[in-house]
Amino acid sequence: MSVLSYIVSYSIAGKLLLRARRLRDSRSLSRARWDTSLIAPPLKISAWTKELISRHYLKGRYVEGIKPVAWVTSGAPVEFLTALGLCVLYPENHAALCGTRRVVEELSEAAESKGYSRDLCSYARADIGALLTGKTPVGKLPRPDLLVACTNICQTVLYWYRVLAEHFRVPLVVIDTPFIYEEATPQAVEYVKIQIEQAITTAEKVAGRKLSWSRLTRTLELSREAVVLWGEVLSRGRHVPSPISVFDQFIHMAPVVEMRGEEETVRFYRALLDEVEQRIRKGMSAVRNEKKRVLWDNLPIWYRLRALAERLAARGIAIVASTYTNAWAQLSDLMDPSRPVESMARVYLSPILNRGAGYKLSLMKEMVREYSLNGVILHSDRSCKPYSIGQVDQRKLLTRELGVPALLLEADHADPRSFSEEQVFSRLDSFAEMLGA
Amino acid sequence: MRGEKFAIGIDVGSTAVKLVLISGDRKVAHFAVEPTDPRISEQASRLIREAREKAGEEVPVVATGYGRKLVREKAREVTEISCHARGAFHFLGREGTLIDIGGQDSKVISVGEGGTVLDFVMNDKCAAGTGKFLENAAVRLRLSVEEMGDIAAGTREEVSISSTCTVFAESEIVSLIAQGTDVPSIVRGLHRALVKRVVAMARTLTVAPPVMLSGGVAKNRGIQQILSEEVGLEVLIPEDPQITGAVGAALFGLDT
Repeated sequence: MSVLSYIVSYSIAGKLLLRARRLRDSRSLSRARWDTSLIAPPLKISAWTKELISRHYLKGRYVEGIKPVAWVTSGAPVEFLTALGLCVLYPENHAALCGTRRVVEELSEAAESKGYSRDLCSYARADIGALLTGKTPVGKLPRPDLLVACTNICQTVLYWYRVLAEHFRVPLVVIDTPFIYEEATPQAVEYVKIQIEQAITTAEKVAGRKLSWSRLTRTLELSREAVVLWGEVLSRGRHVPSPISVFDQFIHMAPVVEMRGEEETVRFYRALLDEVEQRIRKGMSAVRNEKKRVLWDNLPIWYRLRALAERLAARGIAIVASTYTNAWAQLSDLMDPSRPVESMARVYLSPILNRGAGYKLSLMKEMVREYSLNGVILHSDRSCKPYSIGQVDQRKLLTRELGVPALLLEADHADPRSFSEEQVFSRLDSFAEMLGA
Repeated sequence: MRGEKFAIGIDVGSTAVKLVLISGDRKVAHFAVEPTDPRISEQASRLIREAREKAGEEVPVVATGYGRKLVREKAREVTEISCHARGAFHFLGREGTLIDIGGQDSKVISVGEGGTVLDFVMNDKCAAGTGKFLENAAVRLRLSVEEMGDIAAGTREEVSISSTCTVFAESEIVSLIAQGTDVPSIVRGLHRALVKRVVAMARTLTVAPPVMLSGGVAKNRGIQQILSEEVGLEVLIPEDPQITGAVGAALFGLDT
């Protein structure tokens, strides 16, 4: 039965319907709800993004019993799972989607009423809430057969995934990544390498097959290509005026996070790069009247993307770069398909969140110069402590050492209860006045 | 007064509405301060009408403060940050660090040449560190907010209020009273707690002297005294600190 419904509902009807919707969407941009007198119309590729994400969750809906499913953290080494043919799901991305659909409050409350603290990450609360209530905007999440938590983004995932393991009674693989203060030591690389090798063994058992090393190499190649293209797309933001804003980046980053290592993802980013370059040739800017250019630090405020984009664009402020979207572009030179496991160890040891606050400061300084930026907005994200710690000092040093105005903006990536609209906009207005926009 | 150039600045704060009519030579020709009414638009219209009658019909209005959007007559909105910096510079003529303790938030602003804003931080997530903290305590102590400042300035006795939360500080007051602690030393302790909170925020900026204080709470002598102690610097206060923001708004009005 499940094989039949997977074939009919996902492989045939679902895929066809989603393709038809993409064709319809790509012909008509009239569905744009954002104020196009301030902001460029949505990128044409939006229709494809929507198809990819919808298909991803549609597959998840019917995949149980067809393919083994792995739930993984956003910074987990995913390539061996893809190569083993597992269906990979990212609870963090799911929670972000819940954020854009504004259902996090309800889901969080469900988790909180079971004793999960409100001080816990809102992604964790939203997903645990979805688990407890069975409610999700994507219809249904597939039950995992394997859990993979990599601590390179935070320590919360360790406890969060233990909760999942207890709930689903499935194997949990933890990949522990030592914090990097300067450079990754050979011992750290070796330590992570051994853990990935052990993870492969566990995943092979779950998949019921041996990992094909040629497939892993190919997956890594595709992963690297997507990451390189994503980096190219982001770097076009250096053009003045910028053809792409971080709000575009936030929307179109999903495939590089959750579909790395797939052929279509590479094609998708090649098309996105083409479109962005076309915008440059046509002199089209993401913010119609770009006067000041700003850097965004930390995760997006998923439930207020549009309001923030419009408010800033109305004053001619374009946020053209972000340390967050950049994180997925940073690792390409470490990916080496000829040494798959060792290079995975290096890649997944190196995310911005697994490195010191000084590293982030130097990265921001570099971005300020490379992207010709006039200011920095540091989103102090109540949920993401590892990303937010150090921001008070970083703000002070950016101002003092580069003379770049910087603003600390207190909010939360997914929980709207930690967002005070009036106060946030009042600060942004003051910041705009200070920038002279 | 007709024929001269004028501008109106109106600062609609959470506690009080402040209006200033300023003449072309940057002198305050008229001002009004009232507690904020829930019907802000009507209140602002009435105050603006009265000011315009004194000056002439075509006086531009610049609105600032949390209720600025509700001022129908405004030609322009400017945030409190810019207005306070400009107003303080107008009165004091100094670059430096401006602290504004308002009814529901507090701000620290690095003021540059001509009253421009070089940097700022705001506390708006929590009532501790704002005028609300003292208002709340005053109710519990059965004192007026005005009395509180003089009591705090008039004593050297002080108890430490350890809670940084407005609500918990109130419980702390209750237990201090129950232990027989003197009211003046509680009051001074409360002022210290508020100032420490604001100074901690100020230290996230580079505190360049002089330190200036504006906003309604600046009239409080206890705050003035303790702030000076805590930052180790002299504190300058504009002539009428409560209307600093409105004056800044009016000056923006003269630009246009």
